[in-house]
Amino acid sequence: MASPIEQFEIVPLVGGDSIVAITNSTVWMVIAATTATALLVFAMRGRALVPTRMQSLAEIFYEVIANMIRENVGSGGRKYFPYIFTLFMFILFCNVLGMIPGSMTVTSHIIVTFAMAAVVFIVVTVIGFMTHGLGYFRMFFPHGAPLWTAVILVPVELISYLSRPVSLSVRLFANMTVGHVLLKVIAGFVPLLGIFGILPFAFLIPLTILEIFIAVLQAYIFTILSCVYLHDALHMH
Amino acid sequence: MPQFDPTYFVSQLVWLAVVLVAFYFLLTRIALPRIGEVIEARTNQIAGDLERARSLKAQTEDVVAAYEASLAEARREAGSIMAAAQADISRKAAEREAAFAKDLAIKVGAAERRIAAARDEVEAQVRDIAIGAARDVTGKLVGTEPDAATIGRAVDQALRPAG
Repeated sequence: MASPIEQFEIVPLVGGDSIVAITNSTVWMVIAATTATALLVFAMRGRALVPTRMQSLAEIFYEVIANMIRENVGSGGRKYFPYIFTLFMFILFCNVLGMIPGSMTVTSHIIVTFAMAAVVFIVVTVIGFMTHGLGYFRMFFPHGAPLWTAVILVPVELISYLSRPVSLSVRLFANMTVGHVLLKVIAGFVPLLGIFGILPFAFLIPLTILEIFIAVLQAYIFTILSCVYLHDALHMH
Repeated sequence: MPQFDPTYFVSQLVWLAVVLVAFYFLLTRIALPRIGEVIEARTNQIAGDLERARSLKAQTEDVVAAYEASLAEARREAGSIMAAAQADISRKAAEREAAFAKDLAIKVGAAERRIAAARDEVEAQVRDIAIGAARDVTGKLVGTEPDAATIGRAVDQALRPAG
């Protein structure tokens, strides 16, 4: 039986070990991006004022992110909509397509999630300094606290700020990895237990539903936290 | 775990960047404008419909106000017509009553006169009878007949009502 972590194996398809090697990860990134685009374009083909179900779905994606930005970023957040929408749709489709048996979950790789979290972190920090100049350093000292507490508060705030990309990336990576390992382990029991394999099989059904839910939820969490960080950069708490 | 094997880290980063940039352009050039357009069109449509509903409501209110105004006008007119009719009726009634009262007074006067004449006649006859009777009775009792003037005075005195 295959090891539960075999599903995370990166398999080069073209280009061997080179830095532009096309791997199964590449393939699933491309599938996620094209599926998302195709779905949106297909759903919107009618451009109906009274939407069909598919069109409603596309509009829900749009409205969810638009509302998220309106509520969490506030004023000045509108212009970041396309970036945040891209981020959300990419993570969402990578997570959900990863639930297809035999597929590869791009977001179960720490390097991918960390890269996205790092880009968010760097962009947000740059926006913070561009908006507030050196005043952005006040992020690390809560307004109104006694000055002597700076000795404690500044390191704490600094660490918490710097740990943002780590927590953001590890949360997504860990959720995706653990969920898939769990599914694989339990699925492994099905052939081992013979007729009693029905029990782990029955358990797999709600677990799969839960994992799909987590796939959507984690995409949402990654995006909403990015919005919260963006809010901090624009409005400083 | 394969996740911590750095062999394909760079490859993943390179392709992640490529795919994300391509995805961003696909979304912003193709997908998002379509969704945005439709949502905006719907928002405009709804705003237009609401606007139209508001103007129709205003029109309705105008019509209702005009209707109520004309209703009040009609009611006032009806009231004045009714008042005029009532005044006319009461005036005519008063006229007729007055005419009737006058007529009645004339008739009553005539009747009273007739009654008075009849009574006078009756009284005169009673006097004559009384005088005749008195003369006869006196003649039989006393033997002499008193003259007519004396009897007349006595009868008049007896016929005069008491008090």
